[in-house]
Parts: sequence; C-alpha cells; structure tokens
Amino acid sequence: MRFTEEQELFRTTVREFVDKEINPHADAWEAAGIFPAHELFPRLGELGLLGLEYDPRWGGQGADHTWTLVYGEEFGRCAASGVAMAVSVQTDMATPSLHRFGSDELKERYLVPAVRGDMVAAIAVTEPDAGSDVAGLRTRAVRDGDEWVVNGSKLYITNGTQADWLCLLARTSDDGGHRGMSQIVVPTDVDGFSVSRKLDKLGQRSSDTAELSFVDVRVPVANTIGEIGRGFQQQMAQFQNERLIAAYMAIGNLQLALDRTITYVQERQAFGRSLGDNQWIQFKLAELVAEVDLTRQYCYACAEAITSGADPLTVTKMASIAKLKTGRLSREVADWCIQFHGGIGYMEETWTARYFRDSRLLSIGGGADEVMLRIIAMLAGIGKA
Amino acid sequence: MREVDSETMKIVVCVKQVPDSWAEKTLGADNTLDRGSVDAVMNELDEYAVEEALRLQEAHGGEVIVLSMGPSQTTDTIRKALSMGADSGVHVIDDGLHGSDAVATSLALAKAIEGRGADLVIFGSESTDARMSVVPAMVAERLGLPQLTFSSSVSVEGSTVRTNRVTEYGYDVVEASLPALVSVVEKINEPRYPSFKGIMAAKKKKVETVDLAGLGVSADQVGLAGSWSAVEEAAARPPKAKGTIVTDDGAGGTAIADFLSAQKFI
Repeated sequence: MRFTEEQELFRTTVREFVDKEINPHADAWEAAGIFPAHELFPRLGELGLLGLEYDPRWGGQGADHTWTLVYGEEFGRCAASGVAMAVSVQTDMATPSLHRFGSDELKERYLVPAVRGDMVAAIAVTEPDAGSDVAGLRTRAVRDGDEWVVNGSKLYITNGTQADWLCLLARTSDDGGHRGMSQIVVPTDVDGFSVSRKLDKLGQRSSDTAELSFVDVRVPVANTIGEIGRGFQQQMAQFQNERLIAAYMAIGNLQLALDRTITYVQERQAFGRSLGDNQWIQFKLAELVAEVDLTRQYCYACAEAITSGADPLTVTKMASIAKLKTGRLSREVADWCIQFHGGIGYMEETWTARYFRDSRLLSIGGGADEVMLRIIAMLAGIGKA
Repeated sequence: MREVDSETMKIVVCVKQVPDSWAEKTLGADNTLDRGSVDAVMNELDEYAVEEALRLQEAHGGEVIVLSMGPSQTTDTIRKALSMGADSGVHVIDDGLHGSDAVATSLALAKAIEGRGADLVIFGSESTDARMSVVPAMVAERLGLPQLTFSSSVSVEGSTVRTNRVTEYGYDVVEASLPALVSVVEKINEPRYPSFKGIMAAKKKKVETVDLAGLGVSADQVGLAGSWSAVEEAAARPPKAKGTIVTDDGAGGTAIADFLSAQKFI
C-alpha cells in the first residue's frame, strides 16, 4: 500500500500528538483509572480525528478509509492503550451507525458534537447475560406513545462514567433472537439512568469501564437510529468498524513493542555479549517481525477492500480475520517481550508489564476469538452459524 | 515607518529543515552535514515562529509567507508550515548554496525577503543543528531592519511591534517601528499540529522556488566558496566516560567537595 504525502504528514501529526499530549500523562491516567475525555476529545476534534470518514455536513472530514488506517496505526502506539481504545469507541464503535442510519435531527444533535469532541459517546451492547452472544440481550425498550421506556442494564461499557450519550442496543419487540432489536440514542442526563459501578480491570486501566442501569428511562422514539427492529443488523455492521480499528491500532502497538524489544536485546549484556547476539533470540524475534509484517499487510488489504467498495460479507470476513489474528499475535508478542526483558520486563515500571495486560483484551472485546472463528467458519462455508 | 492595517500586514516566517535532534549526525567528505543519512524535521524553534505568525495573523489579518532555504527535501518542512496555516511558501534552492555558513545564509535569506514588502520577519532564535543564533541578527542588519531578538512575547499595535526580550535577569520590553525582524524563543506559545483540514488545504497553496540567479546573488558569495568560515576538521564525540562512584565511609562529603572543586564548580 502506498500512502500519499498528505497521509504521511497526517501520520506525523497523530504520532506527535500522542507523544507530546497523551504519553506524558499515561502513568497518571493509568493510576487514576480514568482519563479526562472531555479535555482530550475537543483537541482531537480540532485535528479532524473524530470524524475522518464522516460527511463534512456533520463536521466530518470526508476522507476515505485509508486515513482511518493511518490514525489507527499511530494511535495504537499510545503508551496507555486504554486511551486509544476510548478514542476508538468515539470514532468507530459508538458513532458509525448514527452516521449511516440516523436522521438528520439526530445527527445534528448527537453526531456533530461527538465529531467536535464536545460530547463523549459510548456503545452500550453487552449485558450481564449477553456478551459475544448479542442476540441474547434483555434490556428492553417499550413504546409508550412517542417515547421509549427503557429498563435493564449494560456491562463493561467503555467511557461509561464519562459518556454524554449512549448508542444503546435494546429489545423493542417480542420477536426473539436477531429480530426485534433497535439502536437508540440515550443521553445520560435523563431520569432513571445511572452508573451502577465503575469496574476494575486487568488492563486498559486508563479507560473507565462501567456497569449502567436503566430504570424507566424515557427517550423519544425519534432517538431511534435507523429502522425500528433492525438494531441487531445495524450493530453487526457497526462491529466491522470496531474490529478493523482495533486491528489497526494493534498493528501500531505490535511494531512499537517489537522495536523496543529489539533495541533492548541489543543493549542488554549477558554472558559477555549482548542478548541479541544469541541466535535463538534473533530467530524468535525474526519470526515475530515476519508475523507482524504479514498481519500488517493483511490490515492494509482490509483497508483497500473498504476503499474499493468490497461487499459487506467480504468486509465482515476480512475484519473478523484481522481481529482474530492481531489479537492472537498481540498475546504472543507481549509474552515474548516480557520473556526477553527478563526480570525487568516483569516490573510495573517497564512498559512490557502494561502492554502484557492491555494486549490481552483484543481476543475478547468486540467479539471474542471464538466468535470470530464462528463467523469465519460460516463465511468460508465450513459450518453453519 | 509603516502603518499596518489588517488587510495588508505581511509576515515572512523563516524556517529551517534540520536533522532530527536525537539522530546521530555524520559529516560528508567536505565536512558539511550529511543530510541524506538522517530524518529531517522542521527546526523545533521555527514551529514557535510559525505559530506566532499565525496568531498575529488571526489577531490582525494579513498574510503569512513561509520561507526556507535548503535542498529538495526542504519542501516537506515548507509543506508542514503551510499545513499549520501559512498562506504560501518560498523555497530558496540551488546547488551553489551547499555549505553556506551563517554569513552566506543570511545573504541569501535577506535577498529572498527583500522586495516582498514584509511588515514583520519572524525567525526561531536558533536552529538545533548549528545553534549559533546569529542568522536573525545578520538578516536584520542586511535588510536594515530593527531587530527584536530572543522574544518571549510579541504584539503589534498600529505601526509598532513590542516584544519581551529574554535576558539573564528576566526580560526587557523592547519596541520598534514596522517593518521589523523578530526572533522567538521556545515556549512563547504552543505550536499547533497540522490538522486534517490544514493538510488538505496546503495541497492547493503556492510554493515559489527561487535560485541564486533569481535572488541576484553570484555563486562566489555563498556556498563553501563564499563562506567566511570553514570547517577544517572534525572529530567524533568521545564516548561518555564512566562516572566515579564514591562509597561513603564517613568522608563522602569531603570527596564530593573535592570533586566539585577539581571541576571548578566551587
């Protein structure tokens, strides 16, 4: 893939912003278990980062998907993956459906401020009894005249304590399974909405994650994104954005982790020579360099498939493969980075410890590896879903 | 003296492309910097100069022209300044400029600025590769402009520019009539990052290229031949010496005092 001069300059902008404006705060935000989204997002909005592919009518940049790839790779290098994840929730998880299917009024009210960074968005799908199996969700919105009355709870919601609005997936009819769900914009300042608790996680600690509660929450039916009853299908499309941005960010992070480890083994002396003089270490790292390069090229192919207008099933299959492979590779690379650092790699003061914890999420969030395999099996004609 | 109105204020910002500060630099056979061997970036202090020019433009209107002298890859640095928001660029490029010292550089820059009707010329106060801090003063001298160097703040009112000039004891408030030349120090502002919109807008902005003939400068006035100073020889920086470890057996304080005294710190 060839990037334009402008895309390379944009890459520098994102890299410098992450290095100078985010990384110096990474340790403090990790310790606090939250980062100030309402301070950071407007700055990202100014750079045009929060609506790269969106219509300029709604404050977007009207760019093609290649720019999202560049932004993802560079933001993936963030010293606190939790911040990168929280930003990607804003750009590629909570807003794509609203941009694709939302009414003009809804976009004016919620998408425009999200693209500017003035409003923080969250995606509320997962529930205590419905994670990767989205069809099993129980949160219900019952129609009462022009309003939905929402009851239920949502779990593991990124940006959950800071969000100004949620892209909620709820059951809106008694049709079971994939039918009868709708996506609804729920502002978080409504009566009956509350953050039940802020959750303590293994990694991604700079990002706030919450359990949310809805008790007779009333929102206008006009807040429904797209068609009533098509929420599941719309969410499945939105998941492809989520899986791709997660893969792109992982690639940036993988490359950085390998570069840092290669530098370390060249400097670290043991048994009278540098660690990197050992053929075993050279070959193991060479294997990982090869794997990361292959996976990066696959991600580039995903981006090209989107810019060239590939059909939705092809995109779904490719996004699932990209997330599966980057997830597994991230776990493997993080493990070897610690191994080659030895004792110091196990210390919290070394970047490897955080990377080890943070990278574990990719095989779970946005649909677990096993769900990716299910989708791939189905689309490859191996088995039925 | 020139009365500046918002429609006509013209600012020329001089920027330099330098090797990345952290990169290991090497010299070529003629003892000039091997620019091909390292990543090139905009001199960091010049980012503050561009930012200050853009802020003045936002406050007073007018036009910001970015000027840079250097080989072909200098266009990247000009493009960055245009992406930050400058209106147009001037690229001074000629093989004959290779190896120019500060005096020769100031001649080429002064000739490139001359005749553009600049109300204000802004420089970063030094480049991270040469670190001499003399080019702004030399250019001011050649153009006959008042020089307000090492500025930590700049304001324009009517036909007057006022700056805080950083000194050892704090700062002096200095002012001059326009047109004038200003150099800025680090932390005068927070330089903006080129945004998506800025980057795309820069594609359409004009960059004029000027060679020595266009400047009316002859080859023997610049380059290695026309420079007043020459690098005769260069040696690599010696490897860092190992530090001395003093074990405190009760006389640690004396050992430190002896060390400081030997180094002439006390």
